[in-house]
Amino acid sequence: MSPRLILDQLRYQRTLTRLCYQLIENHDDFDNSVILGLQPRGIMLGRSLKNRLNSLLGKEIQYGELDTTFFRDDFRQKALVPQPTSIDFVVDDKKVILVDDVLFTGRSIRAALDALQHFGRPASVELLVLIDRRLSRHVPIQPDYVGLTVDAVFSEKVVVQWSENGLAEVELKNKEL
Amino acid sequence: MLSVQHLLGIKYLTKEDITTILHTADTFLDVINRPIKKVPSLRDITIVNLFFENSTRTRLSFELAEKRLSADVINFSASSSSVSKGETLVDTVNNILAMKVDMVVMRHPKPGAAHFLSQRVNASIINAGDGAHEHPTQALLDAFTIKRKLGDLAGKKVVIVGDILHSRVALSNIYCLKAMGAEVMVCGPPTLIPRHIGSLGVLVETDLRKALEWCDVANMLRIQLERQDTQYFPSLREYAMLFGVSGSLLKSLSKEITIMHPGPINRGVEITSDVADGNSSIILNQVESGVAVRMAVLYLLAGRTDEKM
Repeated sequence: MSPRLILDQLRYQRTLTRLCYQLIENHDDFDNSVILGLQPRGIMLGRSLKNRLNSLLGKEIQYGELDTTFFRDDFRQKALVPQPTSIDFVVDDKKVILVDDVLFTGRSIRAALDALQHFGRPASVELLVLIDRRLSRHVPIQPDYVGLTVDAVFSEKVVVQWSENGLAEVELKNKEL
Repeated sequence: MLSVQHLLGIKYLTKEDITTILHTADTFLDVINRPIKKVPSLRDITIVNLFFENSTRTRLSFELAEKRLSADVINFSASSSSVSKGETLVDTVNNILAMKVDMVVMRHPKPGAAHFLSQRVNASIINAGDGAHEHPTQALLDAFTIKRKLGDLAGKKVVIVGDILHSRVALSNIYCLKAMGAEVMVCGPPTLIPRHIGSLGVLVETDLRKALEWCDVANMLRIQLERQDTQYFPSLREYAMLFGVSGSLLKSLSKEITIMHPGPINRGVEITSDVADGNSSIILNQVESGVAVRMAVLYLLAGRTDEKM
């Protein structure tokens, strides 16, 4: 089966706008809320959200990037390259929104929750993902904000591609065996 | 992922391996500067620190690195063990491995001890110094510290001063710095410079002032009094006069250079106190880097412990 485009750049832009307004609905002016993009693939979406929210709210919101490599349970099964973590604020009593591109097994989010503890005790943690593959969870983790829900089988792969202008396209591919 | 299962020496690493280790160490340096300095990566791994030779810094640094990665740690020192009853190295290690240990960090007075062990036992071996052969983690942490200070290693000029003949730190440093594209010079009394050291692609200089004028970084080795079975120089005082770095010597140079020392310092011999504690010294940065680099090595090698089982 050839790759199937499930989200083009135009729809991505609309989705991004919707996600921003959903966030504003719950977090008002972001005075006590922070966005954390998850390394490596959640940071593109995280940065796009930050930029859009900054222009919608007319101010700088707090944004950081979190690497979960050392907290993962599968580091012995594949080569994981650690990425920088940049969080220059304390997350104590903040409402944290974790941002990732694809929610699949949920294991990286579990690792992120562990990693987050090292930066303080947040008031609450929410999860925003661009793509939710809802039939493939290994741990009981569900997203609070979803760009697009996909029912893909295990032999398929969701590929998010970022173009240089910061827009994304999402394709559904067969895994190469 | 590294191309090796054991860290026996820098000689066996590729440039990519060294780059991976230094890159990983960067993120661990970030981890150990957080309020909570621990990550759970090695929580199912048991590591034994086997020290057949005295060590303070390296052992503490390894132990701390292991604990920061949440590994279980057991310590062993030869002086208080059955080694003194005549047990062989392989027997000692196999007995320890029978208690389900995954990794061995070993320091041994005999060159090649780590290599010997790696062919006979089923665990990842990390060489923490084998006689006058190699001390790979020291070279990696030196390279990492230089990189932190100067931004890059390629094209940098490093002089290693002192007892090159007996020094495992010198040999590992030469391999590591050359692999990363730095220029290396050795400097010391002719009696303490191995005869064919030039074949490793290093420059040789016996005049300290010339060497310091040439370099960006000077790595001052300790005079290892315990390895001098014969006299290689007339007196410590004469060595200090000819090959010791003092504040006034540093000031008289045409440029600022960086001073390193693997420790423990013989103050007043290799370097004077005002140099050791001065602004050009990055000796304590080396110690800090040591924990991060050892965490990186342990993490990357532990990632391979499942493959061979």
